[in-house]
Amino acid sequence: MSHLAALLMPYRAAFRIRLQQNLQYRIAALAGIATQFFWGFMLIMVLEAFYRGSDAAPPMSMPQTAAYIWLQQAFLVFVALWYRDSEIFRLITTGQVAYELCRPTDLYLFWQARLLAQRLAGALLRCLPILLVALVMPRPYRLTLPAGPAAFGLFVLTLLTGLLVNVSISMFIYILTFVTLSPTGSMLLIGVAGELFAGLIIPLPLMPEWLQRILYCLPFRLAADLPFRVWSGHIPAAQALAGWGQQIAWLVILVVLGRLAMRRALTRLVIQGG
Amino acid sequence: MIQIQGLNKTFTVPERASGLKETVRSVFKRQTRAIHAVRDLSFSVRPGEMVGYIGPNGAGKSTTIKIMSGILVPDSGTCDILGRTPWKQRKEHVRHIGVVFGQRSQLWWDVPVQDSFDLLRDIYRIGEKDYQVTLEQLTGVLDLGPLLQTPVRSLSLGQRMRCELAASLLHRPEILFLDEPTIGLDAVSKLAVRRFIRELNQEHGTTVILTTHDMHDIDALTRRILLIGQGRILYDGSLDDLRSRYEETDLERLAVMLYQEHQL
Repeated sequence: MSHLAALLMPYRAAFRIRLQQNLQYRIAALAGIATQFFWGFMLIMVLEAFYRGSDAAPPMSMPQTAAYIWLQQAFLVFVALWYRDSEIFRLITTGQVAYELCRPTDLYLFWQARLLAQRLAGALLRCLPILLVALVMPRPYRLTLPAGPAAFGLFVLTLLTGLLVNVSISMFIYILTFVTLSPTGSMLLIGVAGELFAGLIIPLPLMPEWLQRILYCLPFRLAADLPFRVWSGHIPAAQALAGWGQQIAWLVILVVLGRLAMRRALTRLVIQGG
Repeated sequence: MIQIQGLNKTFTVPERASGLKETVRSVFKRQTRAIHAVRDLSFSVRPGEMVGYIGPNGAGKSTTIKIMSGILVPDSGTCDILGRTPWKQRKEHVRHIGVVFGQRSQLWWDVPVQDSFDLLRDIYRIGEKDYQVTLEQLTGVLDLGPLLQTPVRSLSLGQRMRCELAASLLHRPEILFLDEPTIGLDAVSKLAVRRFIRELNQEHGTTVILTTHDMHDIDALTRRILLIGQGRILYDGSLDDLRSRYEETDLERLAVMLYQEHQL
């Protein structure tokens, strides 16, 4: 076994066991698929009505908007910040984390591997049925094919890098729980703000320009808005590559800050009782 | 092997008097109180020793164990275990120690015991061959055979504690910290756990530090006891010396007399 493989063994194990566990949640996935179909329909219906009622040229064409919405619904567990691992919250609030800390692993990486597996398992179960049905819908509800092979390749690249960015953002929710001892507040705050900032409530291109300018400076849109517009060609290839650079830069920043915050939280850790 | 010098750890806890008036006051001005969990704690342990760490609830036993396992960072003092400082070289340090917290579980609740063990094999990066040998030994000694395929949630406390012990020994640690390993166990399970710990110490020379409220654990296992109260070491010596000093053979009463003398 190579040195690197041995080094990564604990994290691969955490990833694998979480993946296995979460692939069992088929009923939850089924319920998710139903909900996401409903939401997708509703959002497209509302936006379509707006588009028809306005004479001005929309900032994003109707097929592009439909693609934006369907991809968002199909990959919701990749991008939603409220999709959480409640077991980590339990570990922290019950002090069970003591055991996690007497393992020869890097806790930040270990939890990141878990969270990554959870989101991947969730998306694996949900995305295919939604995408397949959306592809054969009547217009204007149909999910159009990607703008081209390049657009598709860049979509996959930015979607997966975006997933890493999102997991790194969500780590802060768990780290904050060390301080607040209750996940409710940070979950709500980061969850709701993140949803709006990522363009999950209103697509980013439809927002007022001043708000767009602010949101382009934040990492939240990188997991959702960016890949979904790359798919439909609303963001052309060159710009998509620049977006990928942005993702990498944010990823580095978030991981460095997250690790610092975690180290700080752990040195001030108090484990009560027993 | 273990050398602790002048260890201090203080926790700050919020505090307020009861009643509505005091509650409103605390909204504006938060009162806190410092709790000295351990104060100027010093002791050392030789390789292969088995030490009973006793004291009343809240004396600082668990805090000491948590500092020695690299989980908590003390405010001041030094701690040298196998040449490392636990909270500074945490990852390297924990490779050589095993920890059991009697009141918590390290096994995954929903999956068979074997899966938890396999995960630990990967976490500690134990080679497959070593793992099989160790697992087989532990399975034999702790009689885990029928339990390995059972989900943890359907184990009894006694069965679970045997699995917990095995889980903390898979990577063959040189030192084992046991924080109340017999809590809540019935007489048969207690005896089994004690026998196992004694054999582990005698046959593998594993250094064991054990906290407990059950004086019979101490009697059955350790020659040396450390009494801690209000964060300080109050007694370091053998149980037999205590027995003759107080002329008391009943262990529970001996503990009470000891606590009373030190006003704990």
